Amino acid sequence: MTRIDDTFTRLKAEGKKAFVAYVMAGDPDYETSLEIVKGLPAAGVDIIELGVPFTDPMADGPTIQLAGQRALDGGQTLEKTLAMIAAFREGDATTPIVLMGYYNPIYNRGVARFLKDAVLAGVDGLIVVDLPPEEDAELCIPAQAAGLNFIRLATPTTDDKRLPKVLQNTSGFVYYVSITGITGSAAAEAGDVGPEVARIKAMTDLPVIVGFGIRTPEAAEAIAAVADGAVVGSAIVGQIAEGRAVDEIHAFVKRLAEGAHRA
Amino acid sequence: MANDLFNSLMNAPDENGRFGIFGGRFVSETLMPLILELEAEYEHAKTDESFWAEMDDLWKHYVGRPSPLYFADRLTARLGGAKVYMKRDELNHTGAHKINNVLGQLLLARRMGKTRIIAETGAGQHGVATATVCAKFGLKCVVYMGAHDVKRQAPNVFRMKLLGAEVIPVTSGRGTLKDAMNDAMRDWVTNVRDTFYCIGTVAGPHPYPAMVRDFQSIIGKEAREQMLEREGRLPDTLVACIGGGSNAMGLFHPFLNDSEVEIVGVEAGGKGVDDRMQHCASLSGGRPGVLHGNRTYLLQDDDGQILEGFSISAGLDYPGIGPEHAWLHDTGRAKYVYVTDDEALAAFQMCCETEGIIPALEPSHALAHVMKIAPDLPADHLICMNLCGRGDKDIFTVARALGVEMGTVA
Repeated sequence: MTRIDDTFTRLKAEGKKAFVAYVMAGDPDYETSLEIVKGLPAAGVDIIELGVPFTDPMADGPTIQLAGQRALDGGQTLEKTLAMIAAFREGDATTPIVLMGYYNPIYNRGVARFLKDAVLAGVDGLIVVDLPPEEDAELCIPAQAAGLNFIRLATPTTDDKRLPKVLQNTSGFVYYVSITGITGSAAAEAGDVGPEVARIKAMTDLPVIVGFGIRTPEAAEAIAAVADGAVVGSAIVGQIAEGRAVDEIHAFVKRLAEGAHRA
Repeated sequence: MANDLFNSLMNAPDENGRFGIFGGRFVSETLMPLILELEAEYEHAKTDESFWAEMDDLWKHYVGRPSPLYFADRLTARLGGAKVYMKRDELNHTGAHKINNVLGQLLLARRMGKTRIIAETGAGQHGVATATVCAKFGLKCVVYMGAHDVKRQAPNVFRMKLLGAEVIPVTSGRGTLKDAMNDAMRDWVTNVRDTFYCIGTVAGPHPYPAMVRDFQSIIGKEAREQMLEREGRLPDTLVACIGGGSNAMGLFHPFLNDSEVEIVGVEAGGKGVDDRMQHCASLSGGRPGVLHGNRTYLLQDDDGQILEGFSISAGLDYPGIGPEHAWLHDTGRAKYVYVTDDEALAAFQMCCETEGIIPALEPSHALAHVMKIAPDLPADHLICMNLCGRGDKDIFTVARALGVEMGTVA
């Protein structure tokens, strides 16, 4: 059992849907970013998705791209991101943290070394956008062996024939990408998403969380109502980009979380 | 090198798209079904005679193939050593080898019922080739080009627009070729139903590196036949420039099993391959990593962040290299060297003066290496270099580098 499994058990007992918030590690700088992350659980965030900055984020729209650039310009590295999680863990032993990013910084560090450091820092799961099931031997299987959840993306192009392959080595939860597109672009439609989530749930007992294209408390509520939870990323990162104060960002996140929890 | 390796060189990649540890399919789930569909379509076309009949017809009547294998006699005399042959792919329609591959991919796109074609371009040669074939086939064409390259390759931007393509200047990242490729992939993820991504080099997720190589292999197949006809034997040394490496892979591949043929790839050394990182020599100055769907040698920092390359040649300005080259490098089958901007410029001028051919800056790199090795080789040593593009597009860049004001040339 990981912190992710525990969180879904708790939410189920409370009859609540999950609210997942994404922020980029080191955006706009290490200290501010750590302060933002520390306040997320109190703002109602059930699972924290922490972006690992990368120069070439191919699945991300401009908002997340720029967040990554700000972080890198501020000197953020994978090493510092792990240090940030360790610092967060000093005050929070229960909120799951999922690292989300691209493979090269991990590959560059060395998979074995990365996994050891990630477990030590208090990471619970990984979402690595450019590692489809065809490349499971790279990181997915070693990560599960190290006790981390490997959370896979399912998308509108993942048909029924392919879905079992996508679900096979997935753990923690399934992340359903609500649109064909990049982060922060088109709006997710609950009417489209509902049947897709049902299609996935027919093939797995894992919770299905929906992300991409969710920007408001109302949208978080509507999407969470047809799934096990909702992810908001670009809308929060957009607040950080505007230079809002940390407590304003937390207030913004709280409204989103309340939306998802109303579902 | 063991004989069994030699005999297996032409069979790569394996069913997972791997050349040794390189290559693979490192893409988001959204693209995965599309890549598998493309692979199936290509596997089918590969053994379909009607597909190749159509290719051959277009290569002959539209592109102007076969391109000549030309003996550069004055250059050979000037260098005073090996015999230098040039494979004249700069004489192709649109002025470079890029169209060999574009025709193949767009025939596939047509078979798959795709109506919208996207492409990335650096120098603009692949963009122009794609826009050209889209015009011929009546397909919608969108070309992503780094904002920085849009400025330095203005004539090619205008050519693409004349051909009916939409050119989108890419400002994300640092606005160069790798960012253009990122944005093309973002477009593809968004427009999965009707769009075909026509990649310009032997990189990207499987099946692109193998497929683009196969389409470009016409260069090496012709060169092999032509050399046998001219000299009665195979060349001793092959030389080609490398950005992503499609012209080089096209020349090299039909010779991989011929252990007597030495194979040399020439990377762009920019201002010199050292820790200032002002070059694009991924093999000489990089290390393995994962980008744009494949594992290969990349220019990257200690944290695995991708670095910008630097070269006088926009067509070589890419921080990676095709995975098959990475593999040929590690197995030792091919040798990879680099030449600097200054050496390439000197070769550019030498080619103009001795052969009456204005080469592109890209193959000027290959020629610069030929100029280094030819003088010390015997007169019966046969070098075949790929003159993969013509230099009309580069005259402004060269004039600037030589300190010539275009308005005052007299």
